[in-house]
Amino acid sequence: MIEESTLPALAEIECAATLEALEALRVGTLGKSGSITTLVKTLGAMSDEERRTKGPLIHAIRTTVADAITARKAALEGAALAEQLARDTLDLTLPAADRPRGSIHPVSQVMDELAEIFADLGFAVATGPEIEDDWHNFTALNIPESHPARAMHDTFYFPESDLAQGGKTGPEGGRMLLRTHTSPVQIRSMLEHGAPLRIIAPGRVYRSDSDATHTPMFHQVEGLVIDKGIHLGHLKWTLETFLKAFFEREDIVLRLRPSYFPFTEPSVEVDVGFALVNGKRVLGGSGDAPGHGWMELLGSGMVGRTVIAAGGLDPDVWQGFAFGVGVDRLAMLKYGMDDLRAFFDGDVRWLAHYGFSPFDVPTLSAGVGTAA
Amino acid sequence: MKFSLGWLKEHLDTAASAAEISARLNAIGLEVEGLENPADRLAGFTVARVISAERHPNADKLQVLSVDAGDGKPLQVVCGAPNARAGMIGVLGTPGAIVPGGGFELKVSAIRGVESNGMMCSVRELELGDEHDGILELPADAPVGMAFADYQGSDPVFDISITPNRQDCMGVRGIARDLAAAGLGTLRPLAEVYRMTALEPASGTGPAPDVATLDPHGCPAFYAQAISGVTNGTAPEWMRSKLASIGQKPISMLVDITNFISVDLGRPLHVYDRAKLAGPLVARRAKDGEQVETLNGKTYTLDATMTVIADDAMVHDIGGIMGGAHSGVSPETTEVLIECAYFDPEHIARTGQKLALTSDARQRFERGVDPAFLDDGLAIATWLVLEHCGGTASAITRAGRPPLEPRVVSYDTGLCERLGGITVAADEQRAILERLGFSVGADWSVTVPTWRRDIDGPPDLVEEVVRIHGLGNVASVALPRADGVARPTATPAQKLERKLRRAAAARGLNEAVTWSFLPEADAAQFADGTLRQAQGERSGLWLLQNPISEDMKAMRPSLLPGLLSAVARNLDRGAAGLRLFELGRRYLRGDAGRSDERLTLGVVLAGENIPRGWDSGKAATFGAFDAKAEALALLAEAGVPTGSLQVAGEAGDQFHPGQSATLRLGPKTVLARFGMLHPAVLKHFDIAVPVAAVELFLDAIPARKAASFARAAYAPPALQAVTRDFAFLVDASLPAGDLVRAVRFADKANIVGARLFDDFRGAGVPEGQKSLAIEVTLQPGDKSFNEAELKAIAERVTAAAAKLGAVLRG
Repeated sequence: MIEESTLPALAEIECAATLEALEALRVGTLGKSGSITTLVKTLGAMSDEERRTKGPLIHAIRTTVADAITARKAALEGAALAEQLARDTLDLTLPAADRPRGSIHPVSQVMDELAEIFADLGFAVATGPEIEDDWHNFTALNIPESHPARAMHDTFYFPESDLAQGGKTGPEGGRMLLRTHTSPVQIRSMLEHGAPLRIIAPGRVYRSDSDATHTPMFHQVEGLVIDKGIHLGHLKWTLETFLKAFFEREDIVLRLRPSYFPFTEPSVEVDVGFALVNGKRVLGGSGDAPGHGWMELLGSGMVGRTVIAAGGLDPDVWQGFAFGVGVDRLAMLKYGMDDLRAFFDGDVRWLAHYGFSPFDVPTLSAGVGTAA
Repeated sequence: MKFSLGWLKEHLDTAASAAEISARLNAIGLEVEGLENPADRLAGFTVARVISAERHPNADKLQVLSVDAGDGKPLQVVCGAPNARAGMIGVLGTPGAIVPGGGFELKVSAIRGVESNGMMCSVRELELGDEHDGILELPADAPVGMAFADYQGSDPVFDISITPNRQDCMGVRGIARDLAAAGLGTLRPLAEVYRMTALEPASGTGPAPDVATLDPHGCPAFYAQAISGVTNGTAPEWMRSKLASIGQKPISMLVDITNFISVDLGRPLHVYDRAKLAGPLVARRAKDGEQVETLNGKTYTLDATMTVIADDAMVHDIGGIMGGAHSGVSPETTEVLIECAYFDPEHIARTGQKLALTSDARQRFERGVDPAFLDDGLAIATWLVLEHCGGTASAITRAGRPPLEPRVVSYDTGLCERLGGITVAADEQRAILERLGFSVGADWSVTVPTWRRDIDGPPDLVEEVVRIHGLGNVASVALPRADGVARPTATPAQKLERKLRRAAAARGLNEAVTWSFLPEADAAQFADGTLRQAQGERSGLWLLQNPISEDMKAMRPSLLPGLLSAVARNLDRGAAGLRLFELGRRYLRGDAGRSDERLTLGVVLAGENIPRGWDSGKAATFGAFDAKAEALALLAEAGVPTGSLQVAGEAGDQFHPGQSATLRLGPKTVLARFGMLHPAVLKHFDIAVPVAAVELFLDAIPARKAASFARAAYAPPALQAVTRDFAFLVDASLPAGDLVRAVRFADKANIVGARLFDDFRGAGVPEGQKSLAIEVTLQPGDKSFNEAELKAIAERVTAAAAKLGAVLRG
């Protein structure tokens, strides 16, 4: 009797094609007046003994049917979802909405790299005006008015009528010009902060010069250390340490040559050794090695006594060194651009190619440079 | 400064090779910019004999030569030179050789149907001179088959860069002296170099010339000697070839002598044709407006600050810079006066700068020639004239007195280590200084040689010792590291600049670096306006007096014009949408004639923001709200409480009057301006797409007070925030921001946010009004809001809005 009432129901459940049909079967079996509910209700009228023998059987039937319905329901729902998902398929080869990528200009990136390297050596970043007076740009740096070096600087001047302080020359200013180097920041830093002092001063500088390798505006970074007992050996170490850190090469070799700058004594021109690899200059190794050469990189020297005095310090007590190097040049040497003029054109294709991700923040722990 | 190896060896007795000399020159601070061996250019040219010369079958003016180049295999060469003949010895260029005078490569070719296997060369083709009438004929004993470079002999030419302090090295002798001091040979005595029996003035017979100096400041000394009965012919071969080797054209004996002495000894001289002079010759100040035609064929107008040499009639020389055309020597000259003077360096420099006139003489005088070399210079010049032009010398006039006061530096040998970082034994220091011409006293008082005007203190002596001893010997010494906790080395302003730059790039903007100077018209577009005054800035552009071009004349008063030019260039190259920014200075006028350079961030958003797309439809261009979004996002990065900013005021004439504004913190502090640029401005920059722009004034952002690392205490509220929507009818002209602010601050205890989500005009809204819908966020404290509380809050919101004339929509 029991099999008769159960088996057809189970078969129907297995075959239910829709959730609605399944629900109808559930109502027909387990519903209030369903066949199996009715069967369960018969237990109440049975004697204890009859209930003991039939009870478990009836409950087993109910459980079997309920489980079959649950299983069938899950199967039907799964199939329906799969069908739904199949309809919702997207062509994922279609382009996604584009979030534009921004970039950091190589000059900014390299300046951040320099600041990071020199911060480790205890140098702070200093600044000064670009529209300078001739006292800070020349006179205080031991370049008097008739000095041939002044003519060599190809200076941009502002009209005499722009004279600062009515034409007085001295720390209060004289003829206004565009600074030809970052060296006036030496004077300003000494006057403002005194000694001891360790600064780098990156920024724009200007020379009335324009050809394939010169632009009338470019970037320099000045370095200055004023302390007691600082000598040429410290200068050499500092430049070596800086250039090794900047190019991330242990084999950077420097050659110091005597030179002349009015504001340093002794003055030292610094060459860096390179190898010719497939016609390209790759820094590293001694320039005297076969297949190698020397490249002029920067000017430096021990700060002149008159310059220290112009900075308001006693040259018998304080001495130190200074150097200046082209930032654009460093960027070109490290990252391989070959046209300086393109730096200032703002061509987005160039900016995207040579620029840096904003998240490539130079850090000492991760390496200040960013690999291509 | 150029000179050949052979020339150097006249002064320096050395066995060193050109390469060794070059390396040592670099090491002692005389930078070698070029070392060229003329022989290198003669590769492929051989001494050859013409065996036979026949008429060319097809050309009257050509001959067909058979040439023996020493290898026993005669070559057929077609030649057009009239002097080519059998038996002569000349120079053959074979295929593959590059002709120095023409720059072309020789090839086997057919000339009028006859094969030619090379070329017999002329003097000009070999770049040995100008002659080109025929082929070069060598002496009959020239060894056939020898490389012509070897036959000719090689004399490499150095080109070195002389720093402004080393006038003494603007003569070959000074360079030889430095090399000798550096141990690369011995300096020959000057008399020996010039083949004089002794370095003494020629004993004169006639009366001394009548010269004087009336300008003791500009021309402290004027020495002169006259020579009568000279013949101004051609200079001897040794002198001509030396001058030619450094690219100087031989002119005439007298001119070549002065040019030679200038290069050889760094001593400029001037020779006058005495027959053209009228009366005594004096050094004096020019009269204002006085004119002189100089040897370069130009006429200069002089003023009273300049020193000239003049006679009774006219100016004959811009003293120490360039001689006059009238009294210059010519082939007919027989009577000469040689001037050997000392001109004040600063004076020469100023005159030269004023006249924009450079010359070899100026370069030497303005750096300061040896004031003790007037007699010797004159003696050598007179000796050479007498030797090569004949004549008889007069007595010498020595007018004035050169500045000969010896300079003495008291030196401490320990300074070499303290400043130079290298230990050099006192004995060696003394030896180096003495080899350079210093005399060193027992007490280390060091007398500077008269030719070293640049030495004026102990550090200069350290430099001399170190450069000769060798800078390569300086060892690296680490800078001492400061103790304690490292302090930040960037200022707060620098940190802000770095952060904003990367924030802008992270928002998808490309950083550009544009010129600081602009065309004046571009700068003028951004020069003035109400904004400037609101910021208390002085107006007026900084204009360069000597710009490199008119396009680079005015210092930028804003970062936008430079960025707009970049936009225009990019659009021309086919870009459709641009997001550029720059972080740099704008240049204003400050107090007392100084500059006021303010850090600024400029952003331009041009053309397409979103390109046409499969899901987004047509391309969308940038609008004012894109600019606003950038401005607020970047200000937020800068730590500005953007919720308290007011959107108000005019952004300036450069912007669309109805689609731009400033962002202010309080009524006066303008932190930024943003909006669409004015169509007239875009037209000026030739830009045909809409451009939204932002300018952030970093200098106006208030510095944040130094705080500790710990943040203010905060725990997220336990209860969930609830939102309520309010819709108001307001006058169409009411700024929505005003209503949002009123609502936001209607109940500070409970309202934590107010966001406008609808701005509607049209059906259901009366004419002249608009409907603004605001979502208000309420944050309960310890317990949830009850109905009464919510009602009270809503009433406060409605009341605050009502003050602006807003009516709650039913």
